[in-house]
Amino acid sequence: MLAGMVITAYIIAAVLFIMALGGLSQQESAKRGIWFGIVGMGIALAATLLSPKVMGLTTGLSYIIIAMLIGAAIGIYMAKRVAMTEMPELVAILHSFVGLAAVFVGINSYLDHAQDLTPVMQNIHLVEVFLGVFIGAVTFTGSLVAFGKLRGIMSSKALNLPHRHKLNLLALLVSAVLLVQFVIQGGNDTYLVIMAIIAFVFGWHLVASIGGADMPVVVSMLNSYSGWAAAAAGFLLGNDLLIVTGALVGSSGAILSYIMCRAMNRSFISVIAGGFGNDPITTDDEEEGEVQPTNAEEVASLLVNAKSVVITPGYGMAVAQAQYQVQDITQKLRAQGVEVRFGIHPVAGRLPGHMNVLLAEAKVPYDIVLEMDEINNDFANTDVVLVIGANDTVNPASKKPGSPIAGMPVLEVWHAKNVIVFKRGMASGYAGVQNPLFFMGNTKMLFGDAKASSDQIASHI
Amino acid sequence: MLIGIPKEPMVGETRVAATPKTVAQLIQLGFDVCIESCAGLAANFDDASYQAAGASINTNTKAVYQSDLVLKVNPLLEHPSQQCHELDLLKQGGHLISFMAPAQNEDQLKQLAERNITAMSMESVPRISRSQSMDALSSMANIGGYRAVIEAAHHFGRFFTGQITAAGKVPPAKVLIIGAGVAGLAALGAAGSLGAIVRAFDTRPEVKEQINSMGAEFLEVEIEEESGSGDGYAKVMSKAFIEAEMALFAEQAKDVDVIITTAMIPGKPAPKLITADMVASMTAGSVIVDLAAGGGGNCDLTQPGEVITTDNGVTVIGYTDMPARLPSQASQLYGTNLVNLLKLLCPEKDGKLAIDFEDPIMRGVTITKDGAVTWPAPPIQVAAAPTKQAEDSAPIEPAKQEMPAPVKYGLGAAGLALVAWIALNAPAAFLGHFTVFVLACIIGYYVVWNVSHALHTPLMAITNAVSGIIIVGALLQVGDELNLVSILALISVLIASINIAGGFYVTKRMLKMFQK
Repeated sequence: MLAGMVITAYIIAAVLFIMALGGLSQQESAKRGIWFGIVGMGIALAATLLSPKVMGLTTGLSYIIIAMLIGAAIGIYMAKRVAMTEMPELVAILHSFVGLAAVFVGINSYLDHAQDLTPVMQNIHLVEVFLGVFIGAVTFTGSLVAFGKLRGIMSSKALNLPHRHKLNLLALLVSAVLLVQFVIQGGNDTYLVIMAIIAFVFGWHLVASIGGADMPVVVSMLNSYSGWAAAAAGFLLGNDLLIVTGALVGSSGAILSYIMCRAMNRSFISVIAGGFGNDPITTDDEEEGEVQPTNAEEVASLLVNAKSVVITPGYGMAVAQAQYQVQDITQKLRAQGVEVRFGIHPVAGRLPGHMNVLLAEAKVPYDIVLEMDEINNDFANTDVVLVIGANDTVNPASKKPGSPIAGMPVLEVWHAKNVIVFKRGMASGYAGVQNPLFFMGNTKMLFGDAKASSDQIASHI
Repeated sequence: MLIGIPKEPMVGETRVAATPKTVAQLIQLGFDVCIESCAGLAANFDDASYQAAGASINTNTKAVYQSDLVLKVNPLLEHPSQQCHELDLLKQGGHLISFMAPAQNEDQLKQLAERNITAMSMESVPRISRSQSMDALSSMANIGGYRAVIEAAHHFGRFFTGQITAAGKVPPAKVLIIGAGVAGLAALGAAGSLGAIVRAFDTRPEVKEQINSMGAEFLEVEIEEESGSGDGYAKVMSKAFIEAEMALFAEQAKDVDVIITTAMIPGKPAPKLITADMVASMTAGSVIVDLAAGGGGNCDLTQPGEVITTDNGVTVIGYTDMPARLPSQASQLYGTNLVNLLKLLCPEKDGKLAIDFEDPIMRGVTITKDGAVTWPAPPIQVAAAPTKQAEDSAPIEPAKQEMPAPVKYGLGAAGLALVAWIALNAPAAFLGHFTVFVLACIIGYYVVWNVSHALHTPLMAITNAVSGIIIVGALLQVGDELNLVSILALISVLIASINIAGGFYVTKRMLKMFQK
């Protein structure tokens, strides 16, 4: 294939990727969008494989085919097996792959590049190598830590080393100095290796010191990094397709991080700098009181007699895998003419949009699944709210200045006539803040596993 | 522990501190119950029904008072048939739960303490949500409010409801209710359901919603004033407010047919709200029911315990025993309040009292214990006024961190400088890529903001798949020779393939689930 054809194919692929992301603006066009993505990827791969450089290979080509087939098989196997509740882990581990690939591509490009570069181009190339490896390495270890935390292999608590901000700053400064030396000397293997090690440790520490509650931000942040890593590789290789795709992914992740941070009313910097999820400040117990326990039968009769019901799920529903039982309740109530809707907090779960995916998995119709802003004003006219495994996202303490979660927009469920909280015990949420909702007069607690409780309720309706 | 229920010695009292139903509940809590013979007769509960519920009947008044725990309705007074004070009938070191009016009876508290009697006063139940089931004042006020309307209707010579009949049109009665506490709201409901036009006034603006919810009109005065006292009761208002309020009442008095007043301020005489002049301005046949008669009355003309008719034909009802006029119901509700209190006091259900001063309810009700007067209890704050909450939440909103202007412009300038530096120094080949990069970022920005919130997880998965495009770079680095470069490139190809296949597959799986 001619070089011109290859470039044209890359342009088509880039356009298709943009259309793929654009398709996600609506549920209906989303399925079409993913085909754009797949076709785009197919064209890009075909063009690359048919390009003169690759076509010129003999044994190399067979290695490539084998590697791609193995990779694709592993990928499909993982994607088939993964439960929707484990989505965050899968996404995190996939990010780490991109990071690692970027590191390798960077190193390769350093080891094996064209020799006839002008001095300026040579310097630019070295900077690109350095940055590409750095970003890739941070993405790699950061994603691994995020995976470990989500999986529960690592403690989800924020690691709190003394002087952690200074350590991070030191790592960046040392890397910057190394970069300058690296370029001045026209490339230096030792510096590159030292920098890679520093970047690996930096990425590990960066994510380790962010608490579990901030995982949605971390995952989208890593998504963004993996994009920048791909873009850096694109600069390295002078490949516009990589640059465009990397920039798309990078800005997508950055915007998602921004949306998540806004949902928690916190600055991006403070999340990245870490430490929030680590402060177990249980506010003074002035709001403590007695909770009113209830049972499934009572809840069922309350639901049947209600006109309007809102369900606000949280990470607890994902953990208990209760989405099918919840859908069962929803269906039965809707059959009896009760209006049922879902209120989803932007940071519910461990991934942006995590709850939507779970509810979709259980075939809850998506037009009754509403965002926080769409439903917050309706709580006053709601008869029953079921809070299923959510805590911080429905905490009225956020309206109180001085609380660690002050100012975070929450689902104001307490305006409803009755609030039923599904909970395993009286532990506080990830933010470690006591929840006054539990002690309110219109709140009743349904203790137990969310799945079992939902099952019982469904059987009583 | 033996609970004694004496017959109330107060003249005209028809209530009793336990009914057959509550006796059964007390026995379940592990207590023995002894009822003075005929104690419940006035409330239509005969001895036999108490016996059937498991209580013993005792004709000896003294013996009943000597029980370990005496439950009563009214504060202690001189016992007419025993020729001594009820205080002297109680067992030394025993327990007593009743309405005690501790503010008016401080001497009595001292005497109770001297006798080492643990006394609890039902008026002193703190008004917190947990103690609602023990709030006897509210349950009595509820009855009082209802009965006030019934008494008014009885003395009022007309229908409450409006009718259009063959014999002509009957206008509905207009009822003004002052004070929308429990009694006021109950009266509002009762008068409304009889068909009257109901208006209500209260100094606390936060009750407006409750009044409207009962279908009544809320009358307001045009003065802003904070009036919740934090303990669920109204407080004394400023002079300007009172003047405005009185003007409102004077105007209303000319218009309405029935006025029911319920204004009480704890520990103070009832405020005078309806002056003699206002009464004089009312039409003949109008009725005033003064539920605050026991505290001196809200109306100048009120005679506590009496019904009087003024010269211009207005009836002023000053009954102080409204709840006692519905004796069966009042006894049942009061008895249940007592049972709920005893449930708290006796958590083990073993018939023994465990008084824990850490608990605000137990601390609040106990007025004498261990030979000492423990009244009044330290205050606990309840019922945050809604206006206050609004103020609290307001300053949170603008707390968004806006970057200070110098920083913003500084960053902008630095960015421009960087671009300028790159433009001056970089060769054209690099600049071409750089242009593509910047444009792609901008496209990404617009495309991603359009992604629907529910699809954020699929977005992440698809960007994941797409970022596997790095495979293109790796593919171009593979050579025929298996050296370090080729091996690293092949590993990259492999893991990037995982990314591409896995990412697209899982996105497809997710999107398949979204359905209408």
